[in-house]
Amino acid sequence: MPAPAYLDHAASSPLRPEAFDALVTHLPLEGNPSALHVAGQRARRALEEARERLAAAVGAAPGDVVFTSGGSEADSIALIGGMRARRQQGRTRCLVSAVEHPAVLGMLQRGAEALPVTRDGVIDVDRALESIDGDVGVVSVMAVNNETGICQPLADLCAAALGHDAWVHTDAVQALGHVPVDFRASGVDMMSLSAHKVGGPVGIGALLVRRSVTPAMVGLGGGQERDIRSGTGAVALAAAFAAAAATATESLEAETVRLGGMQARIMAVSRELGGDVSTALAEHAPHITNVTFAGTRANDLLFLLDQAGVYASVGSACRAGVHQPSEVLLAMGRTSDEAAATLRFSTGHSTTDADIARLEEVLPTALRQARAAF
Amino acid sequence: MRVLAAMSGGVDSAVAAARLVAAGHEVTGVHLALSKNPQSYRTGARGCCSLEDSHDARRAADVLDIPFYVWDFAQEFQEEVVDDFVAEYQAGRTPNPCLKCNEKIKFAAVLNRGLALGFDAVATGHYARLVQGEGGVELHRAVDPEKDQSYVLGVLTQEQLRHSLFPLAETPKTEVRAEAERLGLAVAKKPDSHDICFIPDGDTQGFLSRYLGEEPGDIVDADGVTLGIHHGSHNFTVGQRKGLDLKIPAPDGRARYVLRIEPVNNTVVVGAREDLRVRTFRGIRPSWTQGPVEGPWRGLAQYRAHGTPMDATISLRDGELVVELDEEASGVAPGQSVVVFDGDRVVGSATINEAR
Repeated sequence: MPAPAYLDHAASSPLRPEAFDALVTHLPLEGNPSALHVAGQRARRALEEARERLAAAVGAAPGDVVFTSGGSEADSIALIGGMRARRQQGRTRCLVSAVEHPAVLGMLQRGAEALPVTRDGVIDVDRALESIDGDVGVVSVMAVNNETGICQPLADLCAAALGHDAWVHTDAVQALGHVPVDFRASGVDMMSLSAHKVGGPVGIGALLVRRSVTPAMVGLGGGQERDIRSGTGAVALAAAFAAAAATATESLEAETVRLGGMQARIMAVSRELGGDVSTALAEHAPHITNVTFAGTRANDLLFLLDQAGVYASVGSACRAGVHQPSEVLLAMGRTSDEAAATLRFSTGHSTTDADIARLEEVLPTALRQARAAF
Repeated sequence: MRVLAAMSGGVDSAVAAARLVAAGHEVTGVHLALSKNPQSYRTGARGCCSLEDSHDARRAADVLDIPFYVWDFAQEFQEEVVDDFVAEYQAGRTPNPCLKCNEKIKFAAVLNRGLALGFDAVATGHYARLVQGEGGVELHRAVDPEKDQSYVLGVLTQEQLRHSLFPLAETPKTEVRAEAERLGLAVAKKPDSHDICFIPDGDTQGFLSRYLGEEPGDIVDADGVTLGIHHGSHNFTVGQRKGLDLKIPAPDGRARYVLRIEPVNNTVVVGAREDLRVRTFRGIRPSWTQGPVEGPWRGLAQYRAHGTPMDATISLRDGELVVELDEEASGVAPGQSVVVFDGDRVVGSATINEAR
């Protein structure tokens, strides 16, 4: 069998060589970056260089970068810490879109209100604007959806939020490296990023935070990261993250074309086989393709593709190995049967034409079998 | 062969899978998620539906270096097994959900999906023996009489047996544990599960009460004289002696037992031990391992998972399995399954509808 086709970059993208080099270069470095001696100063220097490099890659000032353990922690600080700070200022409402990652959507259990999306997976801007008032502390709408790849109209939202002085947070984990990301130009106040979705290591991410905004500390500790996040600076991880983000951003233009071409092929073969491509309903990133194959169980399809050497995903959360119906697709008005028949293919820096050819080759057989098993 | 090894997270199914790997089959491990909220089944080393069990199954598959998946059959399990279990109790019967699970889930829904996805057979860690006979695949008792599980497999048909594998057929349990130890399987010392998997605390009455609530009714003797009240007839099973809490003692002062449950008027009928004795069962929905046998023929009948097989004359009359025992049996409840054997070979089974 030829090499397997890894089409699950949105779950985790393989480490880029540049990130690997940065990681192994910095791992042996001694010293805690908060220590005052020379060893500490060297570690600190490497950490700050990583911060500057990452900031430059995403249109942020170095001081905006708060390193975290990953995207989920960044989201948690923005939402929980953000609302804690805003309540001090008398603002009690939190709005999150209905198609967020669980790290944001979890705020619904803490009293947040959901901003509905249309069948096209885009937030209903008019209704969102109506919802925003002077009581809103934080509004969170993701830049690129992790299941559908669909982009959200952040600029409209920021304009509305600005008028009411609400903080705008965006989970840009799937945006980085796939669509242009410019933190300062975007108008948002806080932005979550993750290293391993762009070929950096797992275990590090960042929350970009404007200087005018200070979410409360969520975890206890020394407040090493701008008194917003605690814990010893992870120098090697930060250096590797910065290397991955810089490489991804430098190659963004070419990759947009390259991955866009692959996405067109994935959409074409899916449609030929009766698939319904939700990603195509609105403006979208080039690396994620969300397809519903009615009359199948996505789990069966995943299994058959896995056996045939194609690694795909359903995109939604998984509990004890069992996929839960996608909240994102349900929020888009899909039935739970449709949600249970939906796959996500996601490409990235290491994806080749041969990977797509492999998918084109095995998908018809897998679909035939999955439909027979339904 | 491409084999789907159902891995519960216990030692038996792990060793069964290991043997298939050693025999050169292409083995894929699958754990069945049978509970809608596995979180609530976080109960340690019991049952087969908890998160720990799923984890144990996955780690066993890792040791065997086979692909592993979790298949979600929670909805099917709820409808076919749990709802049926509750409905049977509500109807005054005493079901065995393990047979139902084998009949409707493991060797039906799972097997069918496996076959459709390109597998040739489903393997489990059940202790039973498959023998290629003249009339097709025969289901026999396992070599280890202590562990023999042919009773709970008695509902399988020829078509199901043809696609089943029981690699532990010839092996005593102690050897299975030793083998697990040698293979480095962490579940080697994991205790056996005995309870109904979806009632891990063993409190069947509490479980049923959550579904059925409390519905007080009379406890009467065979003449219809009221002796006490109960809080739901599902709390009783035929042959039960404890928990009756009768205010009026029997005239002869002897213990009284549940003789039958009458769900229509929500009445529990009690009487003397002798009145529990039965000679004849009539079983509905008979199933056959190798096709119907009209009879009458001489065989063995077993009506409990670990019950003693009893000599009987067995026949098929008007679509019902009729079992006439040589000697009287005691405590037979409608809803139980009777499995009939020719020596060690399972011939068929039915659900007891009437015993007298």
